[in-house]
Amino acid sequence: MAAISVSARRKTEPPAHADPSQGRAALRQRFRRHLTGHGFLLGALLCFAYFSWYPMVREVIMSFQKTKRGKTTWVGTENLDRIFADPDFWHAWRNTLLFTVLALVLGFAVPFVVAVLLNELRHAKAYLRVLVYLPVMLPPVASVLLFKYFYDPGYGLFNAILKSLHLPTSAWLNSPTTSMLSVVIAATWMNMGGATLIYLAALQGIPGELYEAAELDGAGLLRRIWHVTIPQTRLILSLLLLLQIVATMQVFVEPYLLTGGNGPRNSTLTVVNLIYQYAFSFNNYGSASALGLVMLLVLAGFSALYVRLSRTND
Amino acid sequence: MADTSTRTLISETQLNRPLGRAVYWTVLVLVVTAFTLVFLGPLYWLVTGGLKSTQEVIQNPPTFFPQQIHTDTYTEAWSKLNMGRLLFNTLYYAFGALAFQLVFDVAAAYALSKLRPVLGSLILGMMLATLMIPSTVLIVPQYLTVLDLPLLHLNLINTPWAIWLPTVANAFNIFLLKRFFDSVPEELMAAAAIDGASPLRALWSIVLPMSRPILGVVSIFAVVNVWKDFLWPLLVQPDPKNQPLNIGINSLSVGVPQNVVIAALAIASVPTVVFFLIFQRNIMAGLTSGGLKG
Repeated sequence: MAAISVSARRKTEPPAHADPSQGRAALRQRFRRHLTGHGFLLGALLCFAYFSWYPMVREVIMSFQKTKRGKTTWVGTENLDRIFADPDFWHAWRNTLLFTVLALVLGFAVPFVVAVLLNELRHAKAYLRVLVYLPVMLPPVASVLLFKYFYDPGYGLFNAILKSLHLPTSAWLNSPTTSMLSVVIAATWMNMGGATLIYLAALQGIPGELYEAAELDGAGLLRRIWHVTIPQTRLILSLLLLLQIVATMQVFVEPYLLTGGNGPRNSTLTVVNLIYQYAFSFNNYGSASALGLVMLLVLAGFSALYVRLSRTND
Repeated sequence: MADTSTRTLISETQLNRPLGRAVYWTVLVLVVTAFTLVFLGPLYWLVTGGLKSTQEVIQNPPTFFPQQIHTDTYTEAWSKLNMGRLLFNTLYYAFGALAFQLVFDVAAAYALSKLRPVLGSLILGMMLATLMIPSTVLIVPQYLTVLDLPLLHLNLINTPWAIWLPTVANAFNIFLLKRFFDSVPEELMAAAAIDGASPLRALWSIVLPMSRPILGVVSIFAVVNVWKDFLWPLLVQPDPKNQPLNIGINSLSVGVPQNVVIAALAIASVPTVVFFLIFQRNIMAGLTSGGLKG
């Protein structure tokens, strides 16, 4: 409302004269405009400087430094050499990759199938959408500790269900072979809502004529999915795949709360967990930073690919 | 509820055939049942678990209905896990972070979009570059920064500032807000300037009233992000009386009976579920409109 009244009262500007005093006034005005501009930026600028830009630089510097009894020295690649020699480093990467692959098989494929299914339904759509997204909103501690209770081999719900169906029960989090899968199931339940809704939006953007044309050409249901649905959502699918890789490789909360981080025989120790342990259990900031740097380099590739793809999207 | 406006994978005519209709209704019933079981089932277990007795909650096989309703478990959880305090802390952090993000990020996005000071595009580029850095990679240097703020030499550990201020460094907010502000016509801004409105006045009376949808999206995600954050508060709020729900419940639940812990989890879930049900339209629209453009 205010905007309209302002434009209605718009006055015609008097033509500018070639007058040196006015030129100086214009310069002063420009200077003031820049100054106000930076004034508005200041708060965010300081926060970025303190909590984003400076830590980024410091992360790299600390990777090549060591602090002992308050004295910081440059140590070259010693931190990197040490983490490469640590068997936990390789455990953590193997587990993180396993988690990522499992989480993608479940957390990437399941939401897509669910979204395709939801898009075909003509009833109860709003209800189903709310249901899928509900776990995303829960505080992680609630979902994770609830799953921990379900996973209990003695009195947990999951084994009770398996037993009532006469299926073999599982040790879930307590066995090194199933612990990571259990973490993935919990993580998928917690997070799949976001991906499902994004796919659903992408599916709704597919023009109906494409399906009609395919049908006229005699394409059955599966061929319509293969030749229309998937190509039409390919960009969103690949963007989300990259985002999910970057997000899932940073997994921390789920294993930390479900298994205390390490799990049976280090089977759920992830990279971010190892960074946390280096830094806050062993007070070894150098190794923690070096591991962070390795992680950064691995994920930067995926991030760069994401940026390139999303440019073509616009 | 039937939505016939757009055609999808399966056509209306196909669905209207007797066979199509039968298949459709079977699938619908199956999907609704499965979703209800998978997504509401655990929540049912959460609420009823808190109503069971300590023996019953760890009984094998588990009971579907509590044999006896123990509402006192909830009061016990409330006092034993200090839920009032934890809830207050979480709300305090969430809404404080919201206020700081609204003030600083809106101001910055406005400056970058409309005032365009020198080096503005460089600053924007440097802000957007932080989107490429996975957040957990920086926790160690960020923690050390908060422990001893450079130049000012302040220790923010155990203060709300340690939660509030880092949330302002959110390039995604700046990006969303700036993109929206860019669509405010330049003529309106010029007209306001001619009428003698200061930049602050123009922001307040022209840009902000037009930007309600995007402010809503940014606000919701500001609150939700703090509510869901785990690793950062775990590091910067070591004192139990300052901890938010996520950290506090986990650290205080050691040695507490299972039914009391479950009751505490149920209490912790109520505010977000209510918040979601109120704002579900905005939350889901915001997710799909801005969610992929990072």
